[in-house]
Amino acid sequence: MAAKPIQGEKRVFMTGNEVIAWAALAAQVDVMYGYPITPQNEIMHYWTRLAPKHDKTFLQTEDELSAGFTTVGGVLAGRKCFTATAGPGNTLMQEPFSMAEMMRIPVVAVIQQRGGPSTATVIYSQQEVTLTTFGGNGEGHRIVYSPSNHQELFDYTIKSFNTAWKYRFPTFLLGDGYQAKMREPLVMYDPEERGIELVKPEVTLGNGMEKGKYNHVRNTFNTEEELYEIVTSMEEEYQRVAPEIIEHQEYNCEGELDVLVIAHGVVSRAAQAAINLFSAEGKAVGHFRPITLRPFPTNELRATAQRAKKILIVESAVGQLGKLVKEALFGLPIDADYLYRPGVGITSDEIVEKVNSIRK
Amino acid sequence: MSVEEKSLPPKLPKSYRLESKPHKFCPGCGHGSVLRAIAESIDELGIQDKVVYGCDIGCSLLSWDFFNVDSVQAHHGRTTPVITGIKRANPEVIGIAYMGDGGGYAIGSQHLVNAANRNEKITVFLVNNANYGMTGGQMAPTTLPSQKTETSPYGRDVELTGQPFLGPEMVAAITSEGAYVARGTVSNYIQMKKYVKKALENQMAGKGFSFVEILAGCPTNWRTDAKSTWSYIENDMANYFKVGEYKVPAKEE
Repeated sequence: MAAKPIQGEKRVFMTGNEVIAWAALAAQVDVMYGYPITPQNEIMHYWTRLAPKHDKTFLQTEDELSAGFTTVGGVLAGRKCFTATAGPGNTLMQEPFSMAEMMRIPVVAVIQQRGGPSTATVIYSQQEVTLTTFGGNGEGHRIVYSPSNHQELFDYTIKSFNTAWKYRFPTFLLGDGYQAKMREPLVMYDPEERGIELVKPEVTLGNGMEKGKYNHVRNTFNTEEELYEIVTSMEEEYQRVAPEIIEHQEYNCEGELDVLVIAHGVVSRAAQAAINLFSAEGKAVGHFRPITLRPFPTNELRATAQRAKKILIVESAVGQLGKLVKEALFGLPIDADYLYRPGVGITSDEIVEKVNSIRK
Repeated sequence: MSVEEKSLPPKLPKSYRLESKPHKFCPGCGHGSVLRAIAESIDELGIQDKVVYGCDIGCSLLSWDFFNVDSVQAHHGRTTPVITGIKRANPEVIGIAYMGDGGGYAIGSQHLVNAANRNEKITVFLVNNANYGMTGGQMAPTTLPSQKTETSPYGRDVELTGQPFLGPEMVAAITSEGAYVARGTVSNYIQMKKYVKKALENQMAGKGFSFVEILAGCPTNWRTDAKSTWSYIENDMANYFKVGEYKVPAKEE
């Protein structure tokens, strides 16, 4: 067996896409299927350079539909398998993701958000939140992580494969073009050396009677009632495991708060920089960051938001995070304001200014 | 021979899943014959425990549990990439993608073209019944000129909708060495079975993409009786879609 790609701990300075390729190797992923689209291309570029040296494979498919469905096939064959896409590619991949949801196929997909809908912008947005958390036909039983820095890109790429194979729901790493393209320091490591157990993949199709029975995997149901039974039990299962999966971060959220800033992904960094300034002035402004956008940390947010006089939702989209927050806080008498900047980055100064304008 | 033995039903292939028999296709449908040819070939080649069988949406999905082999029912047009993904992730399996003319030549054509061009080591069986069966008999890429369907109620006008799609001819043209391409018909079972088996043997030998189109009837949507169904397959369809082998890998010395 080839030596582990990462031995010990390694401090590196690299782009987010490169981090993801390395993290997939560290997670002992076997196969990537993909189709070029900016800003995720370098994941494939690095993977295709690293893969042959570590006995891994890759196929550049004819489109994103094919990349998604070959990924589904690879997972059914019992291999740790992933794909990556963005923008209109994410739209096309909702079809294979829907199949994976309904058949409980643990595909992992990295989404590096870009502006919508087509070649609007190819670098950055947070406009793929709704699509990635609820896209596809069906009920959207899936898991979405929103990392905010390169260390998390590494950590949560590894975690995505574990979550997917443990719970058998399609799992997404929702990054963005800034995270994809910028360089940042981080520590790479072999997860097993840190005591992180890598969940073993299982063969669904392709070893015939060795499993003791032939598998017939399907998405076709004869009656509405049959579909009802299956979806209802899937929903129960999803709700049962959700508390184990949900993650969030609170930043200076102790006690009563004048304003609670809610943001996710790379925007959280601007939010935290803003909070640092308020904190230095002794002002009670905190930041809540959902790390899992689905399942959403509803209970955690409700508990914290009730201690705030006002909440401020900040995102590079027109209320896609906003919808998740409003649903989570439904019924609470909470005063909310927004800083929605679709498709563009948000600075800490802008957040400070907005907070000051609503703090009175 | 006792009365019981004399009255036993015909012997079913070993790779049939008996729980799902009798099958769910309409009376006179061609899928039953094609699936039997596949099952007999699986038996004769001894690959039951190695096959991963994928079917499309449309009438072909009714075969999702037809065989006692590992199987998956994919989305419309997407069976080829699912089987490609499985085969590449585990080259030990024998991957079969089973679809209709809509799944292969319309919505899934880009996958068929690119899988063929890459010479994927999988086997595709495509049942051509010149219409969309399950959705109620609409025009397909393979609907014949002047043929009436629900979306060509006055007969297919080739000026407006193009000529019927010649699949094996196209696949033969774009595949490289090692591909096996043929067109059979349910009206000649022995020949069709031979093509089906050769397409599986070609994959077992690891030579290249294997593709067999099979002409079949759809009496429900064609609104034909047994005699005219057979006549339409043997005369109208086979006149346009020429039956035979289009590409056969060179024999090894």
